[in-house]
Amino acid sequence: MARAPQTLFEKVWRAHEVSPESAATPAVLYIDLHLIHEVTSPQAFALLRERGLPVRRPERALATMDHSTPTLTAQVFGGAPIAIDSAARQVRTLEANCREFGVELLGLTHAQRGIVHVIGPELGLTQPGKTIVCGDSHTSTHGALGALAFGIGTTEVAHVLATQCLLQRKPGTLAVNVHGRLREGVTAKDLILAIIGRLGIAGGTGHVIEYRGETIRALDMDERLTVCNMSIEAGARAGMIAPDETTFAYLAGRPRAPQGAAFERALDAWRQLPTDAGARFDREVDFDAAAIEPMITYGTNPGMVIPIGGFIPERADDAAFGQALAYMGLTPGAAIKDQPVNVVFVGSCTNARLSDLRSAAAVLRGRHVAPGITMLVVPGSQEVKRQAEAEGLHQVFLDAGAQWRESGCSMCLGMNGDLVGAGQYAISTSNRNFEGRQGKGARTLLASPITAAASAVRGRVTDPRELT
Amino acid sequence: MEPFTTLRSRTVVLPAANIDTDQIIPARFLTTTTRTGLGKNLFADWRYEESGAPRADFALNRPAARACQILVAGRNFGCGSSREHAPWALLDYGLRAVVSTQIADIFRSNALKNALLPVVVDESTSNWLIANPGAEITLDVAAGTLTLPSGVSAQFPLEAFARHCLLHGVDELGYLLTRADEIAAYEARA
Ligand code: SF4
Repeated sequence: MARAPQTLFEKVWRAHEVSPESAATPAVLYIDLHLIHEVTSPQAFALLRERGLPVRRPERALATMDHSTPTLTAQVFGGAPIAIDSAARQVRTLEANCREFGVELLGLTHAQRGIVHVIGPELGLTQPGKTIVCGDSHTSTHGALGALAFGIGTTEVAHVLATQCLLQRKPGTLAVNVHGRLREGVTAKDLILAIIGRLGIAGGTGHVIEYRGETIRALDMDERLTVCNMSIEAGARAGMIAPDETTFAYLAGRPRAPQGAAFERALDAWRQLPTDAGARFDREVDFDAAAIEPMITYGTNPGMVIPIGGFIPERADDAAFGQALAYMGLTPGAAIKDQPVNVVFVGSCTNARLSDLRSAAAVLRGRHVAPGITMLVVPGSQEVKRQAEAEGLHQVFLDAGAQWRESGCSMCLGMNGDLVGAGQYAISTSNRNFEGRQGKGARTLLASPITAAASAVRGRVTDPRELT
Repeated sequence: MEPFTTLRSRTVVLPAANIDTDQIIPARFLTTTTRTGLGKNLFADWRYEESGAPRADFALNRPAARACQILVAGRNFGCGSSREHAPWALLDYGLRAVVSTQIADIFRSNALKNALLPVVVDESTSNWLIANPGAEITLDVAAGTLTLPSGVSAQFPLEAFARHCLLHGVDELGYLLTRADEIAAYEARA
């Protein structure tokens, strides 16, 4: 009997059902890879300890530290203590927990440490068809390789540690079909910002997105990771892209990907994963890539986004909208271009991979950051840092007057000492512009690495196409 | 977990839409290794002046709010990060339920794990609740109803297993551990 056509999501989901859902109970879903970091795990390990439970499959877990971890070299490599006491305690707690429960840790000084969503793919641990979870909403990033990857809370972190499983209701599916070519100066970041702008920040709630179409197929892996990263910003639990030759070439030879004959066998399985012709999605949305401009946010959620040459919308009857603009200190109807900025941040799990740093460096080469601008460039992992340094990118940033740091979440969220001051404007390559996200009172404008770099040079919001 | 059957309380209202987890509990308070003590920093950036003094005009600072166990909020409550510190902070403050027209997926899941009841209601019920802060309402988990002071009830959806866990105080980890044989069988065939 011919099998009904299935989506990529359905194939991965079904292959991981320990037991399917029923009216009375959710599915028991098996988890292949559990990524752990210092902020959302302490209470989970404590729960195991309270109940006298071991970690069921420690070899399926990998821990690292990134969120509250400092990015100043002296604090990372021990020349100085970690400045924030509670952050230092969290780092030490993760070390102790990993030792006690036998979980591998890529710790503070490890050469492979980095932002959890950067190192998974980089090490080749993130693979097509896997289920991947982490106590972090941007776990959606890993879906770029055709994994089903989503963020969980700390109690669920304990569930996975103790049972390698989660209780889950099957989400719906949403196809985001993108056709046509992105124009010059328009990046994967602009694409996903445009998608969020249209879907809205709750538009994907209850769904797993599959990004499809020739535009997506043409993206390289770093770009796909950027797109899937921000699926959660449309409210979706996960974002996925079908594995293809780009995926396989990316994984070949990575330290924790299957090697040799095992890789060949894995390829056979991975090639079965893409959505079958005729499979149905619960919803579908179409985008024309050629119509997308460089995008920038002006408000306090990622859905408040406009083309960089556009004008801030006017919504006189919407009090929440008015409050968001008051927080941002921006005027309805005004242009966003030429808005002065104080801080430029190139980093985060959205845009701190090697290609992001290359594109920012290409803008900055031979140029200087405008007077009075603080610019931080924070590689997504120590491996990215090494590669960037091997290419001399760090020198470009330093010569331009930017700071070059150890990897970590840094200014993406205000909990590791890297902060944007109250009232300051930061143009940031990260993924959230919520009030206070980068520090109390900080005003965040989200954009691509080239828009950020161009804006650093001029000291105000700049269309990167003007600076090439 | 304690069973959660019904809750009768006055409401405290935050009408804003899209209240994200960075507002519920800002990141700088996440460098904790315990679940407790987060209530004082709930909505910290909205709740306190620069000096640290409570802002008198913020709903949760009004004396009447202290006795309220139900938060009514605008659409899409709890969007953003997966931090379970958000429901922990709400519970530590003394809240036991959140009512909105839409609640973000991960927040909802985290809330249920901690017996913080996520209540999704229709637009008109929500509008009435937002317009009438301090109204005394009743939430019934078994029936899935929110009853207004007028006696009019609105239904709210609750996944069957989540309802069962709330009503009987079942802890999901305990339940998952009872499935260990099936998990082992899966591992053997996978
Ligand atoms: S870089 Fe930002 S979004 Fe990514 S994991 Fe770190 S804090 Fe979260």
